[in-house]
Amino acid sequence: MNVTLMLRAARGRALPRLTGQFRSPTWVLYETLLPLLGTTAFVFVYRALGAPDRFVSYVIMGGAAVAFWMNVLWMMAAQFYWEKRTGNLDVFMVSPCGLTPILLGMSAGGIVATLLRAAAVVAIGTLVFHASFDLSRLPAVVGVFTLSLVALYGLGATLASLFLYWGRESWHVASLFVEPVVLASGVYFPVHALGFGVGLAASVVPLTLALDALRQLLIGPAHPALLSLPVEVTGLAGLAVAYVALARFALTRMERLARREGRLSRRY
Amino acid sequence: MLPLAIETHELVRTFRARGRGPVTALAGVTLEVPRGELFGLLGPNGAGKTTLIKILVTLLLPSAGTARVAGFDVATEAHEIRRRIAMVSGGETTGFGLLTVAEQLWMFAQFHGIPSREAKRRIADLVEIVGLGVQRSTRVSDLSTGMRQRLNLARGFLTEPEVLFLDEPTVGLDVGAARDLRRYVRRWTAEGPARTILLTTHYLKEAEELCDRVAIIDGGAILASDSPDRLRRSSVGTRYAVGTERVPAGPWRDQVPGLRWAEVGPEEGGTGAVVTAELGADGDIAALVAALAAAAGRILSVAPVERSLEDVFVEILDRSVDPAGNPAGSSTEVDVR
Repeated sequence: MNVTLMLRAARGRALPRLTGQFRSPTWVLYETLLPLLGTTAFVFVYRALGAPDRFVSYVIMGGAAVAFWMNVLWMMAAQFYWEKRTGNLDVFMVSPCGLTPILLGMSAGGIVATLLRAAAVVAIGTLVFHASFDLSRLPAVVGVFTLSLVALYGLGATLASLFLYWGRESWHVASLFVEPVVLASGVYFPVHALGFGVGLAASVVPLTLALDALRQLLIGPAHPALLSLPVEVTGLAGLAVAYVALARFALTRMERLARREGRLSRRY
Repeated sequence: MLPLAIETHELVRTFRARGRGPVTALAGVTLEVPRGELFGLLGPNGAGKTTLIKILVTLLLPSAGTARVAGFDVATEAHEIRRRIAMVSGGETTGFGLLTVAEQLWMFAQFHGIPSREAKRRIADLVEIVGLGVQRSTRVSDLSTGMRQRLNLARGFLTEPEVLFLDEPTVGLDVGAARDLRRYVRRWTAEGPARTILLTTHYLKEAEELCDRVAIIDGGAILASDSPDRLRRSSVGTRYAVGTERVPAGPWRDQVPGLRWAEVGPEEGGTGAVVTAELGADGDIAALVAALAAAAGRILSVAPVERSLEDVFVEILDRSVDPAGNPAGSSTEVDVR
């Protein structure tokens, strides 16, 4: 693969994602303020129960994490379904860059766009509900966060290949992935509360280990961790490598299958 | 010597259709398109045109046979082909509505690895050529259908492909937009002697106007292939219009051995008649004139009638249909778009 071509193609595909942030500012209302209402409900429940202050921080982090999970599901995994319907997929496939840099560009654009949303959730949550975070290990936080994004968007790229093959059913599958993952990954509470076995099983979704590792770093020793930080970081690194490799394999296989069976050529 | 732009040999493509068994979309297509040619592929819906294009642009694999584009095999050298081709379909809605015309073209240029500065230079030229200079900062979602198709065509030209595939590019366009589009296509091919276009269209006038050669395809098989002019001339029969003093009477048809059919109509602005007749060969005209002179008085005029590509197209398709009404080459037709 020509690296220059790959980077240029990824840059090209990231453009509509980034441009959308400025040309369609309604995302502030629909994707930040409205979802924040759901997050706020958890804050009030915890406060009514007299839970420690760190639970407010859990909820705010969870609200930011949900923004990434939704982006991975709808703007990565299910995106090729829309690209197929508009005819973009045909154009992507007959371009010399292939689909890998297209997914890379979608990820990069999606990460930047979602970072804005997540930052808005954290900023509003911190200001309104006085959530507090320990920023003494900021470089480690940045490192774990970056690793988490690679693993999470690697999973998104893998799902994109599978969803493309499934076609219209992918829409329902994406819907099915929303709530169970929010629950099993401990988005609004420490995943440890579900038990070690469930937490470990849920770790197949990088969101679980990512949130738990970041909570260890940002909330401190009071957070009941699922695993030790080094183990969780190692697990995240393993997931990142595995999902990126799986995504490449799945894309190549899916493209070959699609060319043989003609599934990508039909818009129904 | 450069290899042929497009070369297929006994190309077959079948699809699995639920509950219907295998469906044959291409039934052994053999085709050669040299560099620099504007080649038209004509056929009714489901004839196999789009399937053939999808194989040539590497979106589909052939079930049997071989196909090469710019000298590279579609099955094993797809990457090399993709560097050298572009595809534009009629009515397509590719791209992203929130981008401007210039941004959209820049994005597509990046998929081909064109450096940003070079891409912007080409875009500046192209938007003028396709008449979108004023709209270059307009969002794609705000373009009309005709403007959108000009943008699609600009995308096709942008990467300076060796072979450009145009799949019904003027479908849904008004007369003016379609005419402009044909003008851009002619200009593009004229600027590069090795530039090759494979065009599919339902508009036979368009094919007649643009194409150096055409192939007529139906039931997944090529029924005829030649220049529009030769196809018109080589088609069965020769037509003449004969002006006569009055409407012919009596059994004059029996006296013209090569007569395939004839129709009699009134002379425009006069009192005579015009007999339009199709003959088996040019030599039969003497017998026709003699018969009409006896049956309709003086002969006022004799002129050959130019056959249109549409006439030829319909004749060839009619000939290819067997008595049971099935098209040649395949028992089943399918539109795989």
